[in-house]
Amino acid sequence: MEFFVQQFFNGLQLGSLYALIALGYTMVYGVLLLINFAHGDIFMVGAFLGVFGSMVLDLPFALTLVLAMVLTGMMGVGIERVAYKPLRQASRLSVVITALGVGLLLENGMLALTGADPRSYPANFIETKAYDSFLGIGLGDVSITNVKILIIVLAALLFLGLYTIVQRTKWGMAMRAISYDKFAVPLMGVSQDQVISITFFLGTALAAAGGILWGVAFPVLNPYMGLRVGWKAFIAAVVGGIGDIRGAAVGGLLLGFIEIFVPAYGKSIGISSTWRDPIAFGLLLIILVVRPTGLFGVARRQKV
Amino acid sequence: MNKRLLTLLLTIVIVMGAIGTIPVGAQDDCDFAGEIYVGVIAPLTGDIPKVGQSTVEAAEMAVEEINAECGLEIDGESYEIVIIVEDNESKAESSVAVATRLIVEEDVIAIIGPQSSKQAVPTGQVANDRETPMISPWSTNPNTTVDRPWVFRVAFLDPFQGPVVANFVQAEFGAASAAVLYDVASDYPKGLAENFRDAAEASGIEVVAFESFTTGDTDFSSQLTTIIAEEPAVIFTPQYYNEVPLIVQQARELGFEGPIVGSDSWGTPDLIELCGDACNGLFFSTHYAPDIATEVGQTFINAYEEIYGAKPDDVAALTYDAFQLLFTAIEDAQSLDKADVRDALAGIELFEGVTGVMSFDEQGDPIKCAVIIQIKDGAFTYYDSACPAGFPPEGM
Repeated sequence: MEFFVQQFFNGLQLGSLYALIALGYTMVYGVLLLINFAHGDIFMVGAFLGVFGSMVLDLPFALTLVLAMVLTGMMGVGIERVAYKPLRQASRLSVVITALGVGLLLENGMLALTGADPRSYPANFIETKAYDSFLGIGLGDVSITNVKILIIVLAALLFLGLYTIVQRTKWGMAMRAISYDKFAVPLMGVSQDQVISITFFLGTALAAAGGILWGVAFPVLNPYMGLRVGWKAFIAAVVGGIGDIRGAAVGGLLLGFIEIFVPAYGKSIGISSTWRDPIAFGLLLIILVVRPTGLFGVARRQKV
Repeated sequence: MNKRLLTLLLTIVIVMGAIGTIPVGAQDDCDFAGEIYVGVIAPLTGDIPKVGQSTVEAAEMAVEEINAECGLEIDGESYEIVIIVEDNESKAESSVAVATRLIVEEDVIAIIGPQSSKQAVPTGQVANDRETPMISPWSTNPNTTVDRPWVFRVAFLDPFQGPVVANFVQAEFGAASAAVLYDVASDYPKGLAENFRDAAEASGIEVVAFESFTTGDTDFSSQLTTIIAEEPAVIFTPQYYNEVPLIVQQARELGFEGPIVGSDSWGTPDLIELCGDACNGLFFSTHYAPDIATEVGQTFINAYEEIYGAKPDDVAALTYDAFQLLFTAIEDAQSLDKADVRDALAGIELFEGVTGVMSFDEQGDPIKCAVIIQIKDGAFTYYDSACPAGFPPEGM
């Protein structure tokens, strides 16, 4: 039982991080139908801005987080203006290739700027503490740290915040409207550019939050860190149903749990931990075969 | 305006290019009859850039020193050594590509590198097929040199290192059980993990968990939770300096209080910085310890510190040894023919380097001692030595 509880929290932490990054993919796709392959590298930039905030400016955690989210969000808006906006009428393939290019630019730009040596946050950024009890229940051998709780709670809050914005505000309504019909929305007097900018701001700011929390949980940061995490979060978004933010959250959590539980319980049925990735992604493939649009996705009809 | 900008950019490119071709350590007062090209393959970018940096620093130092003495003398003529450094991005496929380029296009007499077994094993095949001597300084996986007459190394092998760690764990901690966490997708950790397991079981240590992950993973909590549930006395993890801090910190967070032991891949000083207090007091086996350096070693350490302002790590020491071995072979061969250099390398029986005395077996693998290092107060500190039976020979 203790083993299960421990693995459950391990999975919840990893899944929350994937979910946070998947949200950015899904938002941009939902509004622009663009797969922003630079998202993983934007996540990396966010993590490095965290290093800048904590090491150079000596800011505490909360301020560093806000600073990195705002700066990365602004960078996301800038990237959209410079790289994606001129291609809005071009074929989708051109935009995807541009996104890959932006990703390479960020990666190698960071490599040139900071060097290839891995970085970590200062020791006093967040002092890891293990709790003895959780909600009044003694934990025994289960180790739950403040970092785990912070990641899980913050990811949940950011998701709820985003969900509220998209579902309950005028801007959120505009986002959903553009997603539905991007030609009709400007006719109603809503600025398409503004809505897209806000979408990019929110999506990339979440990537930055994900980057910093990732860096707190796994404190070895390098310019290539966004690659693997980026494609895993992308897969999570697709499995959840790309374009739907509930789907991104569920997809991220699902991927996190699979990655933790396959090596945890595979051994008892004779599968070594080496099989984690084949099984994890095999399961996700099965989900996509059964539901090609992902768990929450709705098929879009294309008029030809 | 645009034209001007273009001219400016072109000028910069040309100037940079010109700077790049200036040979390292050229001496005006030497009358060189020609140049000898030596290829260096190192992970300058990718997962373990510090390893690449140490490689290049040691290589440049070795070459500058020899050129300051007017290079190598062959048939009464002195030749200048020129190194051509290639980055393998810490990837096997890039390593194979740059090795081919060095051999075919640059016509190097020998290759020093690559460092990690993941790259050294496939690159050794290229060097052997194209009949070019290759010396890997740091690779400890047996497959790098097995049945490859053109491939050599200056590091000890994992079938030796595995038992060294197993014996140490038993003697130091009286451990009756151990767990292993390793990267299954990389030759070095995989080979060494298996060598350790076999040696541990042979000496009565029960290996209660043998868990793996793949290169690039950062979350080890699932495997570590499984390991901790088996209650091992020690955890052995033969990983690199970018992974060890994550493994150690996560193991501690999950409540493991026993010792965590490592291998020579731990020996990059960045490990201490990335890991912080969590790694204090831990042990690992490696190739050399600056604290017990012989005269040869001390000369190298002092010179290195003077130039680069830091103590050389094991990669730097081994790379320097690899160069000395190559220089010795070229001078022994008195020839610039690759086959002659290979024969001369194979003919070296005993060699005293920075990392100690070594002799070579028929596979081109050195027989030498290992040391155990403890991470103590932010420094790598010598703790113990372990030598093969009957080594080093009397009088050395």
